[in-house]
Amino acid sequence: MNIETLVFYFFSAITIVAAIGVISVKNSVQAVLCLVLAFFSAAALWLLLEAEFLAITLVLVYVGAVMVLFLFVVMMLDVDFAAMKQGFTKQLPLGLLVGAGLFGAIYWVIRFEVFGNDKVPEPAKSEQGYSNVEELGRLLYSEYFYPFEIAGVILLVAIIAAISLTFRGRRDRKGQSVREQHQVLKEERLKIISMESERPVSSSDVNSESGGAS
Amino acid sequence: MSKWKHYFKSYFLTELRAGLWLTWKHLFKRKVTVQYPEENTPQSPRFRGIHALRRYPNGEERCIACKLCEAVCPAAAITIEAGPRESDGTRRTTKYEIDMFKCIYCGFCEESCPVDSIVETRIFDYHFEKRGDNILTKEQLLAIGDRYEVMIAQDKAEDAPYR
Amino acid sequence: MQLITEGLWIVAKIAMILLPLVLAVAYTTYAERKLIGYMQMRIGPNRVGPKGWLQPIADVVKLLMKEVIVPSGANKTLFLLAPILFIAPSFAAWAVVPFDAELVLADTNAGLLYLLAMTSIAVYGVIIAGWASNSRYALIGSLRSASQIVSYEIAMGFALVGVLMAGGSMNLGDIVAAQNGSALHWFWIPLFPILVIYWISGVAETNRAPFDLPEGESEIVAGFHVEYAGMAFALFFLAEYANMILISILTALFFFGGWLNPFQGIPYLEAATDWVPGTIWLLLKAAWFLFMMIWLRATFPRYRYDQIMRLGWKVFIPVTVVWLIVLTFWIKLEWGWWFDGRGIAALGGAS
Repeated sequence: MNIETLVFYFFSAITIVAAIGVISVKNSVQAVLCLVLAFFSAAALWLLLEAEFLAITLVLVYVGAVMVLFLFVVMMLDVDFAAMKQGFTKQLPLGLLVGAGLFGAIYWVIRFEVFGNDKVPEPAKSEQGYSNVEELGRLLYSEYFYPFEIAGVILLVAIIAAISLTFRGRRDRKGQSVREQHQVLKEERLKIISMESERPVSSSDVNSESGGAS
Repeated sequence: MSKWKHYFKSYFLTELRAGLWLTWKHLFKRKVTVQYPEENTPQSPRFRGIHALRRYPNGEERCIACKLCEAVCPAAAITIEAGPRESDGTRRTTKYEIDMFKCIYCGFCEESCPVDSIVETRIFDYHFEKRGDNILTKEQLLAIGDRYEVMIAQDKAEDAPYR
Repeated sequence: MQLITEGLWIVAKIAMILLPLVLAVAYTTYAERKLIGYMQMRIGPNRVGPKGWLQPIADVVKLLMKEVIVPSGANKTLFLLAPILFIAPSFAAWAVVPFDAELVLADTNAGLLYLLAMTSIAVYGVIIAGWASNSRYALIGSLRSASQIVSYEIAMGFALVGVLMAGGSMNLGDIVAAQNGSALHWFWIPLFPILVIYWISGVAETNRAPFDLPEGESEIVAGFHVEYAGMAFALFFLAEYANMILISILTALFFFGGWLNPFQGIPYLEAATDWVPGTIWLLLKAAWFLFMMIWLRATFPRYRYDQIMRLGWKVFIPVTVVWLIVLTFWIKLEWGWWFDGRGIAALGGAS
């Protein structure tokens, strides 16, 4: 057993434990953190396959951005666990059935006759100077150019649709216009008056002051 | 036109650069820090620090237990009990305490005193190490007065023309 | 046996990066207090040791001896995990930072991406710290911090795309090598707007003034680390300053030729400064940017939250995108002397 196999088993164990944690941990924030850990160890597994670009992108996109938003939502929502667990025993048979079906389907796809260590040869070690990123870029911008661009356009459409569906700009809000604030000139808001700072007190002054106060 | 000028100014960070230039110049200016324990800022003779009870030059304590300071104290920091002194039967305080945690150093006690007994000295750097130390007793206040009498007398003399 | 010696060697190399880093952090705090003091016409710390040189040591000793307080109602595991989650990425990012042509711990091809990934996962430490503290101020601070980091990461990522286009590689060593020539060959000229945006986003990512909303001591006390004391707080502090130093070094690497001699190409000065090792040049350049960060803090008041968001989304991202387009033409038409052999002609030659 060489070191790579050891590392592989180590990270796959973490992935599995973390994935089980996602569905079994009671605290929802901890569940999200378990999912983050699962993503992380999955990225480590990809690194073992010398797919460092994909591994780092996984960390960057899923861990760095998507899961942060997830965490936000989970932290902000006040999830009532008692209500969520209410129909647990009633729905259990159905849930088990669906679970078993899913497991069967997955097992059918990745049977050991199809996969297995002896069926698929170990990928050859890439030679010195081989760049993962370059290879990916070449494939994406030549062979898979149309699917790649179409996927990009679909995502763009989805963004615009999401914004137009959810954005209901209130017309009567009293927000500040930063642009106006920045462009305001000193002369528009401020008037500097020159005043005598001090003047000798005379009796007429005192009289007029007391007259003003009363 | 002014709009374009504004855009020009903001994209070239004009105002930010002006601010940076100002702090850059200050980096080399003379520093004004007073190195406190070694150096001190000048103090006024009217400075209001820790309290003291004074004595007459013959050693007799000035306080006659009129309780004016107790009455005027806005923080109710002063507690006085009065009674005849055993030796000669004159009216004196049997207890004169100032809670320094309550005191706001307003100087009203000093102003109200008809015999210039309670005063505030210029001493401001003192501390307490135990709970309860903050209440200064008559003996402590008199001791402070004895120790700094020269300074107190000088300050009072300096301030006298203005009273 | 060989495995063990190799492992030990790697650990030694990591220690050779991290120990000077921690020391640098300690003295960055000292420099910051001194410089801000000077700019405000004060003297700054000058009591511990001559001229206050031992002040950071005293601070460290004080923090080490203090108790780590866990507030009641806090989630203890996560509360103690958060500082570690914050500091681990900021240390891990140093793995790909080259200090000289050959002086790098991990010479990976995806260095740039790795750096982005590391800065983006540091946000977990902040969010978890705020949430696990069971404190309103901490939660507000962590929300602010998370939204700020997520927003500015986009501008920063776009800026790095510019660097990657100009350098033609994601390996940090190659990016510096692409700037070889003279001080005018460095990328600060063709990438100037991107340099400014990268720098400001870097300041925002490290939660430094004037973008220190997550801490905002005048409104939310100290933000996400308000409940932390002793060593747990020290870890947050250490990570923030390590990030500052990292951003400074990266700016020097990406835009100012890293370890390259600034007098390169000038007839006599180059020969006269030839003996200076590249690491020194890199550290000098980084020190200047570190000084800039402190200078910014001494100069500007804190931004308002909506202004920060506006700056990130409505100014920085459009400006970088526009400059990326300009840069594309610049590279492909081979204007100037920065991108020799990378233009349309070179493309035709390759195919």
